[in-house]
Amino acid sequence: MLAFLINNSFTFLILFLLAGAFSAFIFAKNKDLSNIIACSAAAIASIFGGITALSVIITGKSLAFSLPQTIPYFHITFFVDNLAAYFILIISIVTIAVSIYAIEYVKEYFGKYNIGVLGFLYNIFILSLFLVVSAGNIFWFLIVWELMSVSSYFLVIYEYDKEENQKAGFLYFIMTHIGAAFISLALLLLYKYSGSLNFADLNNIGSALPSATKDTVFLLAFLGFGSKAGIVPLHIWLPAAHPAAPSHVSSLMSGVMLKIAIYGFIRVIFSFLGASVLWWGILVIIIATISAILGVLYALTEHDMKRLLAFHSVENIGIILIGVGGAMIFSSLGFYSLAAVALIGGLFHTLNHAVFKGLLFLGAGAIIKSTHTRNMEDLGGLIKLMPYTALFFLIGAVSISALPPFNGFASEWLVFQSLFASIAISGLALKILFAIVIAVLALTSALAAACFVKAFGITFLALPRSEHAEHAKEAGWPIKLGMGFLALLCIVFGVYPLPVLNLLNTIASGLLSNPIIPNLTNSSTLFVTPFTNGFSSFSPVWIAVLILGIVIISYILERILIGKIKKRAYNTWDCGSHLNPRMQYTATAFSKPIQMIFKNIYRPHEKIETNYYNEGTKYFMKQMKYETALTEIYGKYLYTPIADFIIYFSTKMHRVQYGNVHIYLLYIFITLIALLMFFK
Amino acid sequence: MNQIIINTILPGLMQLGIILFISPLIVGVIRKIKAFFQNRRGADFLQPYRNLRKQFQKEVVISSTASWITPAMPYILFSTTIAAALLIPTFMVIAPLGGLADTLTIIYLLALGSFFLALAGLDQGSAFGGMGSSRHMTIASLSEPAMILSIFAVGVNSATGNISQLISQGSVSEFFLNPLYVFSFLALFIVMIAETSRIPVDNPATHLELTMIHEAMILDYSGRYLAFIEWSSAIKLMLFLTLLANIFFPIGIITNLTVFGAIAAIIIYIIKILIFASVIAIIESTMAKFRLFRVPDLLWIAFMLSLLGIIIHFANI
Repeated sequence: MLAFLINNSFTFLILFLLAGAFSAFIFAKNKDLSNIIACSAAAIASIFGGITALSVIITGKSLAFSLPQTIPYFHITFFVDNLAAYFILIISIVTIAVSIYAIEYVKEYFGKYNIGVLGFLYNIFILSLFLVVSAGNIFWFLIVWELMSVSSYFLVIYEYDKEENQKAGFLYFIMTHIGAAFISLALLLLYKYSGSLNFADLNNIGSALPSATKDTVFLLAFLGFGSKAGIVPLHIWLPAAHPAAPSHVSSLMSGVMLKIAIYGFIRVIFSFLGASVLWWGILVIIIATISAILGVLYALTEHDMKRLLAFHSVENIGIILIGVGGAMIFSSLGFYSLAAVALIGGLFHTLNHAVFKGLLFLGAGAIIKSTHTRNMEDLGGLIKLMPYTALFFLIGAVSISALPPFNGFASEWLVFQSLFASIAISGLALKILFAIVIAVLALTSALAAACFVKAFGITFLALPRSEHAEHAKEAGWPIKLGMGFLALLCIVFGVYPLPVLNLLNTIASGLLSNPIIPNLTNSSTLFVTPFTNGFSSFSPVWIAVLILGIVIISYILERILIGKIKKRAYNTWDCGSHLNPRMQYTATAFSKPIQMIFKNIYRPHEKIETNYYNEGTKYFMKQMKYETALTEIYGKYLYTPIADFIIYFSTKMHRVQYGNVHIYLLYIFITLIALLMFFK
Repeated sequence: MNQIIINTILPGLMQLGIILFISPLIVGVIRKIKAFFQNRRGADFLQPYRNLRKQFQKEVVISSTASWITPAMPYILFSTTIAAALLIPTFMVIAPLGGLADTLTIIYLLALGSFFLALAGLDQGSAFGGMGSSRHMTIASLSEPAMILSIFAVGVNSATGNISQLISQGSVSEFFLNPLYVFSFLALFIVMIAETSRIPVDNPATHLELTMIHEAMILDYSGRYLAFIEWSSAIKLMLFLTLLANIFFPIGIITNLTVFGAIAAIIIYIIKILIFASVIAIIESTMAKFRLFRVPDLLWIAFMLSLLGIIIHFANI
């Protein structure tokens, strides 16, 4: 029985999600039932997903099967190797937490929107995520990719009556389809040379391609997958769409869907093309570095919690791609073990980002459910009202800030090590590039820490800033359980990353076709040693033990040597006035110094209006109004010109539009002739 | 077993002892030298010890607005600072726990402490605390990359991220000959001033709301919590001085533990630290504090110096 379940776990996964989707729709009248069905189907399916992934990883045997073919070109082929299994594991981990969480969170929408539709879309969306990473041929991959885009689009506009959501959805729909167009082109170009749609036949096709075609495929794949992953400047949909979706879906979109693009990119670059061209890696690492730093800088100025988290996704995708880009550079220069360390770092950060970003979005959702606001300036003091949410959010915040002993640090440490090791390569310009990347990555993670001191401090600490925040209540058990699970994983992957790193070692060595890095992890001494020359090593377990040990020992010694603590509660020092929430630092004020330092990037406009009692003398102010807004550089210098051009071009095109069907038929006829002449 | 005791546990305990019990002395010496420049007699070197003792025995007043972050922070700060300090070599080339992690981990351990320090600044709901946290995180986010880059710059030469190896491979003569070392020394020195809240970045002796950074965050702390925080600050100062003294002036550091060697090495180490401490005291006495928005310029300089060092090194000029 057990063997049967394990062997067919992938089939069960699909069946459960389909069943969940349709029964949620059928039972839509009964909101509770519909919701429970949708969530539990997704949760069970993700358990099967975990089983599928682990069985592929443990046995080392790839899963490959096809459904019988009925329509020409329309094969349904599944192919799950170690890389795909790793991503299935990521999807499963986040999905199970999110599905438990959703049992309670979705109640927020009872009576306002159709719960059956939400359950349907939710299951279909998860199904599409699983299908994309398990797709085994080009055609099927593009179809399920589209399914993923469309189902997530409908989830973004789920609260359809809000105008901002419609706008966000529209932007998302356009950007995701521009991306899909690039991906289709890239994959079809590969098909042109391989003559086969199967991914298995595309492996290492790169060596057979002319170099111009290879470059084109790389650029198309980078643009296509990059726009889905949210690299700057193609990220504009991300801070709009992620906040618009229901929070548990935002968690999946940010935690998982972006990673699917990373999967596709790695598949095309490493499996198909073979990362052998230097400038590809240089381009990727430069764009990744820009994404990382701009992501965190824009996050810092946000005070909408979900937008802040969405900008951090841009940042973390940047960090992941720094690892991937580094791997591409090293691999093209023949430094395969350096490439492996960089790729392991990037892939490990992919998992870690899924876990902590999933957690943070769930935390934001718990706050929104309880206070009905996303604006941090209206929050405060929630740590006393929602202690569990606060603790879990804090764990997520520390993890994303890359502080030991949590998971964000473990993966960023590896990325850093691979960058440090760049001193081994030759080429002055390249080395300087790496030094700059190191510096910017360091700046990014330090700014992320600043941003999360703001996000946690303003939201959870001190006094509530509004009535909403005063009446906040702790969420129920499903929400706590969902967040608690991910918070636990943040600690587990941070303190004991060794098994994951061993798995990634196998994956990376397969992708780069070089032997496994020896001694990457040492299970008896619990060390991670990426390089044999002993450049650096560290033991996450012992560091955690050290920190905790000193805390405990100093606490005990303090109690023994000095005795019990005498405590008295008293008002905060406020210079003798009366402390009120308005006196507290706000999120805007908190990030103001950073905004001033980086004003060349932010280009803020400020407007100050002052009214005086006597306009003539201007001694006594009656009222002062201060407004500030930032310029989005990519909006101003990239998107606005493009939009202007399209409008200009369309206006010119009016001339050939006569509204006469015959003329249009003539156009079609001419086009057809032209196509037949040029592309026989 | 004996070997382990001699090589790890004994030096570990000695180092812990030095870190814990010498660090307040450094603060005392700096204050004394500053007093000399200000034409005062000043309190003696041991005053910081008396302060700590007094604070440990006093009652704690906690803001009624505060959450568990406020009482938890001093322990986290103390723990991360000591953990970081145990990872770097003081009087012996091999730090007792130095094998556990590289320099990057040390930097991020300190960052963990300052993350919670900044949170605690926001916890009481006072405007001072928020102001302190905001400024502290701003400066930390600029000094951290400068520090990583400067340590990387030094590591580039010896191709290691492990400080013990850095020290065993470096030599004083190299410091005077190699521009890489000169530049990264200057960069790390600037970072040290920023990270330990010293003039011209911050003034440890001020409680004026417009100028304070570190003090603003801990304004509502008292009693033993304050003692822990002040002790941590002293240890952090010592940690940075140790980094500067040992990486760039690796004189008198022993490789094996012998009674005579250890005593001599500890004395030399403390003298080195005190020399650096006097430099800080002289800077603090002769300079004025920078305006907050001039501080980034200083840190950019540190950043650029390390980058310049790396470029010169790679280009083999």
